[in-house]
Amino acid sequence: MSSKNEFSKGRRNALKTLGLGAGAAATGTTLPLWARYAEAQSSAPIKVGFQAHKTGIGAAYGRWYERTTNAAAKVINDAGGINGRPLEIVLEDDGTDPKRGAEVVEKFATQHECDVAYGTLFSHVVIGSAPRAGELKLPYFVVSEGHHVASGMLNRYTLQPGITDVKSQVAAMAPFVSDNLGKKVTMIFPDFAFGHDHRDFFSAAIEAQGGEVVAKIAIPPTESSFTKYFPKIPRDTEVIYHVMVGPAVLTFVKELGEFFGPSRPEIFGFIDSLEAVDINSPGLEFLDGTFFWEGNPRYAQDNQSEYDKAYRAAVGVDDNGASVSDPTDISTYAHMFGCWETLHVIKAGMEASGYAGAGDRAKLIEAVEAMTDLPASNAHPQGAKVFNGKTHQVFGHQYITRVTDGKLKLAHTTSIEDTLYPDEVDYTTQAF
Amino acid sequence: MTELRKTMALHIGLLLLLLALNWLLPAYHHGNLSRIMVLASYAIGYNILFGYTGLLSLGHAMFFTAGMYGMALTMRHLGWTPAPAILAGLLSGLLLSLVVGFLALRTSGVAFMIVTLMFAQAVFLTVLYFGEYTRGDEGFVIQQAERIFLGIDLSDPNNRYLAALLAFSLCLLFTLWLVRHPFGKTIIAIRENEDRTRMLGYNVFRHKLTAVVISGTISALAGAMYGLLFGYAGATFASVQYSIFPLLWVLLGGAGTILGPFVGTLFMFYLIDLSSEFTTAYMLVAGIVLVALTLFAPHGLMGELRRRLFRWLP
Repeated sequence: MSSKNEFSKGRRNALKTLGLGAGAAATGTTLPLWARYAEAQSSAPIKVGFQAHKTGIGAAYGRWYERTTNAAAKVINDAGGINGRPLEIVLEDDGTDPKRGAEVVEKFATQHECDVAYGTLFSHVVIGSAPRAGELKLPYFVVSEGHHVASGMLNRYTLQPGITDVKSQVAAMAPFVSDNLGKKVTMIFPDFAFGHDHRDFFSAAIEAQGGEVVAKIAIPPTESSFTKYFPKIPRDTEVIYHVMVGPAVLTFVKELGEFFGPSRPEIFGFIDSLEAVDINSPGLEFLDGTFFWEGNPRYAQDNQSEYDKAYRAAVGVDDNGASVSDPTDISTYAHMFGCWETLHVIKAGMEASGYAGAGDRAKLIEAVEAMTDLPASNAHPQGAKVFNGKTHQVFGHQYITRVTDGKLKLAHTTSIEDTLYPDEVDYTTQAF
Repeated sequence: MTELRKTMALHIGLLLLLLALNWLLPAYHHGNLSRIMVLASYAIGYNILFGYTGLLSLGHAMFFTAGMYGMALTMRHLGWTPAPAILAGLLSGLLLSLVVGFLALRTSGVAFMIVTLMFAQAVFLTVLYFGEYTRGDEGFVIQQAERIFLGIDLSDPNNRYLAALLAFSLCLLFTLWLVRHPFGKTIIAIRENEDRTRMLGYNVFRHKLTAVVISGTISALAGAMYGLLFGYAGATFASVQYSIFPLLWVLLGGAGTILGPFVGTLFMFYLIDLSSEFTTAYMLVAGIVLVALTLFAPHGLMGELRRRLFRWLP
């Protein structure tokens, strides 16, 4: 679906903005020289092509990615847009499919004439689309948490500045698991690339902490019952690390509960499987007292920052992580902040580079590559981050919460240093 | 004008028109047509089995994927260049279709559909199982620098279009030749009445197996070309929906017609592209159109044209 959610203020307001810009230029205090030039040059919208998972397996994420994107665009436009120009979101559904994803990227570049493409979550769609973005020289800002960007697989036009990648997330969990839950870990993961990433990255990280993975149980993606896998869990297991995805997660948790009864090892999981799912859903009682990784805590915490409060209100999410208009509509809070932050990085990059049009795309990428510290702010409500211009990947704090009284209560916040790993690529050496 | 001349004029004319469009189309439609021509080649492969031999496969994605991975894995892990890698893709499709055909042709009708579906599912799960090499569901990129075919950069839009046109032309002209060849006449006879063909002394199994192999190898060529031209190989292309797509394209365009696969692919591509601008239920739109066509034009677009106006259409 293509909808043009323009939050521009109309011709009159755009003129008003121009007038303000001219006034500012006259005083010479608020805008640098290029910005005055850019404003005088054009008031046409900056077009951001939003590659959205409106349908397909990513639809639950896509719905909230869209709401977050619209909220961020509104905030940016209310504050004067980008370089004095309104921001226009051009949405296209990619069906969570890599073939359609690549077609959508082509459509952004050659039909809609977007300035950048943005917003993709699922890794296979990113990897299927990125080659076309690179060939079309269209900056492609993904919000995927995949390791594909930092691994060097993609190209100079693809960046991930708004959400951390799975390698850093998993690595940062190992010290907490090892110090607080146990050193003998059994991993249960889906038998495809996402699960294999967890298996490989966590195994290495826990060994570095003096722990060990005592069993790696891969579940085939077509599985709908898990009882037969549980006897494979070694008796000396101290921690179960699970990262199931898809609708079968409810069955998985229920059957795990039936298998262990009241005496269970410690359990640690990734929230990915329960994004958009109420933690109090029937069948999930067994999760009480277990721990989760969250990219951003779903429930408003005691130490909630003013930035999270403002972000939550702007997107329309209540303190329980649900829509303010429908308490049963649970958000994908652990991931969707990436859309908000990525749009703000695009804005900052365009302003730093004096972006005026498609001819400045290389300058925009160079400006983003030059970014380093991204302090916690209204633009970065999840927390402070560090952007690595060489690998095109951002690094930030990770949150570990515990299911307590039907809520996810913050138990630990990692440092950014815990998430770092050696560079695997230097995209800045690639030609535009 | 004889039927042969009319046939040649139509098909060569279409290919010349497609060649001319390389310089005429705006960038977006130029890119789309590149993609459509490769996918139409896949549909042409499917049509040989479904349209001309009368065997409905629900697992053709396995052949498309065999070509794609045969090409992509040899490039990724063995460092092969595109030319031998495409041959590896073709060979993968040929071998797979030979094995699958040999086993699946012991069944017929609904059982054949189910067996091909199961084989395709096995191929899909195999791609996931060997994720260490295939990167499973995520897939992997075939880098721009690797996609140089005999000195020609296939990531360049013009080169990509011309390569897609070349593959499509080869498939189209081969099919045109095939259906006029005695082998083509025989598989059509099998479609019309298998028992009578057998009674006339033809080796029906051998002809059907050959049709499966030709169909699978053309599908593999399309898969290898798709991966190479668009720089990506992934397990999604092995999923069941990519077995259903060529069936829909051929049904829409007209099963058992030479141009049907191209017309169906073109129609379906733009139907989804345009309807997705208005609704997220674009597959519902495609479904309704398909039902309507089945009701009012059961032979597909080209099939109806042949039935009503141009009986000489092959």
